[in-house]
Amino acid sequence: MSGPFVSLVMRDLRLASRSGGSAALALAFFALVATLVPLGVGANLNLLARIAGGVLWVGAVLAALLSLDRLYQGDFDDGSLDLIALSPLSLEQVALAKLLAHWFSTGLPLTLLSPLLALLFGLPGPGTWALFVSLLIGTPAVSAVGAIGASLTLSLKRGGLILPLIILPLLAPAVIFGAGAVTAALDHLSNGALGLLSAFAAAAVLLSPFAAAACVRLNLAG
Amino acid sequence: MIVSLTAEKLTCVRGDRPIFADLSFQVAAGEALVVEGANGAGKTSLLRLIAGFLTPASGGLVLNTDQGAITDGEERGRHIGWLGHHDAVKPQMDVGEQLEFFARLYGANGDVKPALERVGIARQRELPCRYLSAGQKKRLGLARLLMSGRGLWLLDEPFAALDTAGRALAADLMRAHCATGGMVIAATHDPLGLEARSLKLEAA
Repeated sequence: MSGPFVSLVMRDLRLASRSGGSAALALAFFALVATLVPLGVGANLNLLARIAGGVLWVGAVLAALLSLDRLYQGDFDDGSLDLIALSPLSLEQVALAKLLAHWFSTGLPLTLLSPLLALLFGLPGPGTWALFVSLLIGTPAVSAVGAIGASLTLSLKRGGLILPLIILPLLAPAVIFGAGAVTAALDHLSNGALGLLSAFAAAAVLLSPFAAAACVRLNLAG
Repeated sequence: MIVSLTAEKLTCVRGDRPIFADLSFQVAAGEALVVEGANGAGKTSLLRLIAGFLTPASGGLVLNTDQGAITDGEERGRHIGWLGHHDAVKPQMDVGEQLEFFARLYGANGDVKPALERVGIARQRELPCRYLSAGQKKRLGLARLLMSGRGLWLLDEPFAALDTAGRALAADLMRAHCATGGMVIAATHDPLGLEARSLKLEAA
């Protein structure tokens, strides 16, 4: 099934990178938030370094959220989802393909950009490294939890508005452990948060395709 | 290969609203079936039911193939070529790109050019889909059917938005599909333009 699976991932990546796509939008949003916070807080580098982990993590989650509501809705609105559902792929495989495409087009670029934005906060090397690693581990969980919300709201005309209300509470562990990992690195403490973040991400990515597929089934029958 | 599709006492309920009840019919390979009925009689619901998107409130659907009988909705979906009333076309993608994606998604290897030529949009291959007219999008949908290699075609208003030549083309494609052992079930208000049995839906 690798052919159909890969072709679906590639199509979603292509759509995300084209005009009207969401990849550049999410990156720009993340960069703007990260630029505005130091401007608002002022040039207190100690304070900025302390809050960097939390602010950048929340910024990354919100940026990823921007592109989530179209994950299924675009395909549902124009009938593509019907055709995809009839393909040789099971809906679970479809959900996994969409999750991967969302992470490659949003989570991964956000992670790669984060060390640059950490400079604006005067985050020291170990803290920047912890931020980078925590985002690398944690953004798949953001895509996974987000995909469940997106599949649940795919037939709602204004699903984008209700989506954050559904998934942001569920992402609290990712933000707590992710930002916690950065703080722990600043304080030279041993970093248990990364382990907990990994466990959360693994569980989210494993369960998400099944939950999302169930939601898509429900919506196709609606 | 598909042998036949049998529906027995199908009842469809959406929400609390009964759509149709106790519908029985049988279609054999090589046959076309036209589903007729007033607006809201449940033509699209019947097609979505056959495709496995909806489950019947009661009754059963069996698709007989040369590899045995299929009763599961999602398994039945693997034999279905779908042309819905949404165009399923992404404005940002080229015509060729769109069809190539679909062909690979359905595990069909091979060039999409013959299919594009068959439906008369080969010249638009490099054109972004946002520039296509509604009729051309429908033709792209027909090309997708050809590429799908599926035995049972479910067509919802196949003639909508097509010009006279396009209608003749759609009828030709259906005729050719039936002639090669395929099966066509079409919901339409227009005459199909080929020999077909008809199924009249009446509100429950």
